[in-house]
Amino acid sequence: MWSYIARRAAQALFTLLIITILCFLLTRFSGDPIAQYAANPRMSAEDKAAIRERLGLNQPLPVQYLKWLGLALQGDLGNSFFAKQPVSEMIAARLPNTLILMFTTEIITVSIALLLGIISAVKQYSATDNIITGFSFVGFSIPIFFSALGLMLIFAVQFKEWGLPYLPTGAAVWDKKDPVEYIKNLILPVSALVIVQTAGYSRFVRTSMLEVLGLDYVRTARAKGLTSRVVLFKHALRNAALPLVTIVGLDIPFLLGGAIVTESVYSWPGMGRLFWEYAQRSDYPVVLGVLLIVSTAVVAFTIITDVLYTFVDPRIRLS
Amino acid sequence: MATNIASLDTPIFGGESTDQVLTPRQLIWRRFRKHRMALLGTIGFGILLLFIIIGSIFVTEEQANVVDLQARLSPPSALHWMGTDSTGRDIFARIIHGGQISLVVGILSVLLSVTLGTVIGGVAAYYGGWVDSLLMRFTEAMLSIPSLFLLIVLGKFLGRDIQTITIFGRDFSGSVGIVIFVIGLTSWMFLARIVRANVLSLREMDFISVSKSLGASDIRIFFRHLVPNTMGAIIVSTTLGLAGAILLEAYVSFLGLGIQPPTASWGNMLTAAQTFIQKGSWWMWVFPSIFIVATILCINLVGDGLRDAFDPRSTRHL
Repeated sequence: MWSYIARRAAQALFTLLIITILCFLLTRFSGDPIAQYAANPRMSAEDKAAIRERLGLNQPLPVQYLKWLGLALQGDLGNSFFAKQPVSEMIAARLPNTLILMFTTEIITVSIALLLGIISAVKQYSATDNIITGFSFVGFSIPIFFSALGLMLIFAVQFKEWGLPYLPTGAAVWDKKDPVEYIKNLILPVSALVIVQTAGYSRFVRTSMLEVLGLDYVRTARAKGLTSRVVLFKHALRNAALPLVTIVGLDIPFLLGGAIVTESVYSWPGMGRLFWEYAQRSDYPVVLGVLLIVSTAVVAFTIITDVLYTFVDPRIRLS
Repeated sequence: MATNIASLDTPIFGGESTDQVLTPRQLIWRRFRKHRMALLGTIGFGILLLFIIIGSIFVTEEQANVVDLQARLSPPSALHWMGTDSTGRDIFARIIHGGQISLVVGILSVLLSVTLGTVIGGVAAYYGGWVDSLLMRFTEAMLSIPSLFLLIVLGKFLGRDIQTITIFGRDFSGSVGIVIFVIGLTSWMFLARIVRANVLSLREMDFISVSKSLGASDIRIFFRHLVPNTMGAIIVSTTLGLAGAILLEAYVSFLGLGIQPPTASWGNMLTAAQTFIQKGSWWMWVFPSIFIVATILCINLVGDGLRDAFDPRSTRHL
C-alpha cells in the first residue's frame, strides 16, 4: 500500500516537473508584459531595458526557470507585474471563493444526480426514465456559458423587468462580508454549473445502479423478503455510488475550467477570473502561479481518488 | 438481469437489426431506441449541414458582415429573422457563416488531434521502454492542466501576431488557424491513452510477430496492422471529439481568444451577447446557443450510437 503511494507520488512529481517546464515556456513566450508601454512616448528604450532588467526578463530562460522554480518550492510565486503584489497573496485571496463555488456545486450536483439516477434506474424505460435520459443528453451538450447566460437572462434581467424578486447578475459591486448577499450572488453561478454537471453524473448513477440491481446479492436480499426500500438504499446504492468517487475526483479539472467561464460571466471574484484577467495582460507570474496551483491540485486529486477508492471498495487491490 | 443479456448483444449502427429468437422484447425495444437516438442525431446533423450549405448560397459573407448602426440591437423581425447584434449585423446571416467556421474549425482540429493521439499512443506502446514512459508522463502532464487553462495559455502563445489569410478569395482572420492548432494540440490525450492500451495488447499477437519476421518495417506494421485494428476507438473518438472541438471553439471564442470578428463564429457571437443580455437582448444569446447545443447534441448522439456499435461491452457504461 505505502509502496504504491510512494511510487505514485514519485511519478506525480515527475509529471509536475514536466508541467512546470511546459507552462513556463508557454507563458514566457506568450506575450511581452512590456508591450503595453510601447505606445507610451515618455518611455525611452533605456527605460524599457531598465524594467526588463528589474523584472529579470533579460536573463537566459533556463536561469529564469530555475530561479522561479526554486522560489516556488519555497512558496514564493513572485510578484505580479501590474498589481505589484505577491502572487501567492493574490491567489490566497481568491481561492476561497472558487472553492466555495466548486464545493457547493459538487454537493448539489451529486445529490441531484443520485436522486435522478436512482429514479430512472428503478423505473427503467418508463416515461420518467426517458424524460430524465433525454434531459441528461441535452444537459451533456450544453456549454457552461449557455446555462450561465440563460439563467442570467431569465432570473436577473427578465424577472427584474416583470417586477418579480430577481437575483443579482454579479456585475454590481457587492458587499462580500454580508452572508446574505454572498449566498444571493452564489445562486446563479452554482445553478449554471449544476445544470451542466448533473447530466453526466445522473447517467452514470443510472448505469451503475442498473448494473448493481442485476447482481445476485441484490436478488438474495429481495428473496430474504426485505422491503424494496432497504434493498435499494442499504444494499444496492452503497455499491452503485462507489464509482462516483472516481468521477468526482477526475472532474476537478473540468470544474476549474468551468469556473473561468462562470466566474467571468458573473464577475465572481475567484481564481478562474484572476487567471483570465491576468492572462490577457501577459502578467506571467500570476498566470504561472495559478497554473501551478491548479495542476498540482489535479495531480494530487488523481492520487487521492485512486487511494480513496481502495478504502471504500476493498475488492480493488493495488499492485 | 436485462443489462447482462444486453451486454452480449451487438447492435450494429445503421444496419439491419438481427432479431434473435431468444432476445427478450425489452431488449429489442432497447436496441430500437438506441438506433432511433443515433438515427435522430444523424438526421439532425444532416439538416444542420444542409442549412449551412444552402444558407451560404443565398446569403453571402459580405451580408453577414454588413454593419448597420441604424438597425443595431433590433429584435427579430421580417427583415432580420433573428434580430441584429450590437453593430447591426444580421444574426441569421452570421449564424450561417459562423456555422461554417465552427464546423471547419471542429473538423480540422479533430483531424489534428486524432493524428497526434494515434501516433503518440501508438509509438509509446509499440516502442515501450523509456519512450513509453516519457510520452505517457507528457500525456499525463497535458491532462493535468485543466483544458480551458491550457487553451488560454496556448491561445495567447500562438496568437501573438495574427495575420489575415486569404483562401479561395475569402479573407479569414488568422485566428481561425490558431484556434484549430490550439484545440488540436490540447485534445489528443485521451485517444493517445486508448490507442496505447490497444496497441499494447495487439503488439503481443502472433500476426504482428509474423509480419516482423517477414521483414515488414515499423511504419508498415504501424499503419497496415496496428492502426486498422484500433479503428473502432479512433472513429468513436473522432466523432465525440468533433463535438468537443466545436464546444471548445465556442469556449475560446466566447472568452475572446478565439475567432476574431468580423469573421463570425457561434462562440464569438455569444461574447457580445454577454454584455447586452443585461439590457434584455435575448435574441443575441438564444440563436447562437440553440445552434451550438443542437449541433453538439446531434454529434454526441451519433457518437454514442457508434460507440455501442463498435464496442458492445460499452452498453453497460452508457
